[in-house]
Amino acid sequence: MATRQTTAAVPPPVRTPRRRRDGRAAALYLAPAAVLLLGMLAYPLYQLVLISFYDYGRAEAAGTAPLVFLGFDNYVELLETIKFWVVLAKTIGFAAVCVVGSLLVGTTLAVLASRVRAVPRMLLFLAALGAWATPAMAGSYVWLFLFDADFGLVNEVLAGLGWQSMADHSWTYGTYSAFGLVAMEVIWCSFPFVMVTMYAGIKGISEEILESAALDGASWTRIATSVMLPMLRPLLLIATIQSIIWDFKVFTQIYVMTNGGGVAGRNLVLNVYAYQEAFAGSQYGLGAAIGVVMTLILLSITALYVRSQRQSVEL
Amino acid sequence: MVAEVATVVIAGLVAFPLYWMVLSALKPAAEVQSANPRPWTFSPTFENFDRVLNSAGFARYFLNSTIVAVVVVGLSLLLSFLSAVALTRFRFRGRTVLLVMLLVAQMVPVEALTIPLFFLMRSIGDVAPAFGLNELGSLVLVHLAFQLPLAIWMLRGFVAAVPIELEEASKLDGASRFRFTWQILFPLVLPGLVAVSVLAFIHAWNDFLFAKTFIISKSENQTLPQAILVYFKPEENDWGAIMAGSTLMTIPVLIFFVLVQRRLVSGLSGAVKG
Repeated sequence: MATRQTTAAVPPPVRTPRRRRDGRAAALYLAPAAVLLLGMLAYPLYQLVLISFYDYGRAEAAGTAPLVFLGFDNYVELLETIKFWVVLAKTIGFAAVCVVGSLLVGTTLAVLASRVRAVPRMLLFLAALGAWATPAMAGSYVWLFLFDADFGLVNEVLAGLGWQSMADHSWTYGTYSAFGLVAMEVIWCSFPFVMVTMYAGIKGISEEILESAALDGASWTRIATSVMLPMLRPLLLIATIQSIIWDFKVFTQIYVMTNGGGVAGRNLVLNVYAYQEAFAGSQYGLGAAIGVVMTLILLSITALYVRSQRQSVEL
Repeated sequence: MVAEVATVVIAGLVAFPLYWMVLSALKPAAEVQSANPRPWTFSPTFENFDRVLNSAGFARYFLNSTIVAVVVVGLSLLLSFLSAVALTRFRFRGRTVLLVMLLVAQMVPVEALTIPLFFLMRSIGDVAPAFGLNELGSLVLVHLAFQLPLAIWMLRGFVAAVPIELEEASKLDGASRFRFTWQILFPLVLPGLVAVSVLAFIHAWNDFLFAKTFIISKSENQTLPQAILVYFKPEENDWGAIMAGSTLMTIPVLIFFVLVQRRLVSGLSGAVKG
């Protein structure tokens, strides 16, 4: 703001060279990042779209066969395959469970953390940071081991509680139980972000506002829903959209925990599906088409994100 | 009091998988592969760690992961700081467009780019072998690029928070813009740099997809996630080794996290507040 005022105060002829000098310096500062982003993000994005329009198989990838332009044939093939719609539905369902789960757990624990003394709060934060820090790969293995059919602790405990049929139950065999297991791992490692964000937001609400609301006779639930929630809404929105974006494109956990997409591919999500079509099936064109569809879905969610940021951040 | 107890119990539940991982890594083989697992052990042993550390190439994979992560952290700090300064301190045409593009870039599902990036790396390998397929350079390139939009966006908030009066004052005192940027601004945005470095480290360290896709035949250039996969066998998984490997993979991130924990929380909330 201050610069705008000072530049407005000086006459235009002086302002122009300063601006141009700024522009040159900015170009210099931005150049390395710009080159990388253009090369590793923008260009591959363009290539992704391009590949999706071609019949791009093993021979084409090796360069031994000429490329055949197909137009939208890959997309038509994709949209006519029932498997694509099933995978899409599963992806949305899986992401929804993960998003709702991590938001609920994260927000609840943030509220809890803001109401307890320092020592329990510190324990909770340490545990959450531990879960957050665990690499997706390591987390997937631990959860797999906990729920292992033969050596897992969970089956042992369930059998010990008298549920004998669970003694060697396979959690990764059934479509829903496999998805559920992966979802638990995803929620476990993604709720800490929501918790930390929401905790910071709750701490940011001044005590005076809450006290005056209490003095006015508002109940605790009333304070939570009518005072705190509206103040936390911008943060909650950001946490929600971030979670949607993360959980929609989970790869490692699904790939590792369901061994590449489950028995007969019934635990595939779009990401793993595209990977399998391309690198296991050598159908790069079709894989790229799935990638494009995924990108479009996520970019439309981004549009929402940008709009929400516009309101809270001055661009 | 109820809330206090509940908090401690929940903390225990959240930490339990980690406890189980370390415990299983320390259990002797007979206790790990037992149908009656116990949440304790009276005969802790390092045999699982020994087996993993002495196995073909685990140390090498660990080193590879470290090299990629450290280089990505260093370069992303430098590049994102420069960009953040340019985007907040300089006035030039197209600034708003760039900011919107940065936001959009954060949302590109980079996993979808595996296919074109695979071909791109293959072509790069013809010109600059160190950055082609099967080389660590290819992983550095992609992780650096993927990390930049968020890093720049986060740092922007921190740089903008430094009052412009400070820059004017230092200019009056005769400091050049360059000097101001590196001697005053850089230390002031340290919390932001810490947050950025943690995110960049984790991002690069955890990657499984790109390592799997790019490092196809030169197994000595594999990174950690692939190293643990070896212990999954069709007959019987070597859970002791898997847990030991997972523990070794988690420790560096955990240390990093605990060290910067306080800064991270303030850094992230600062970024979210924009």
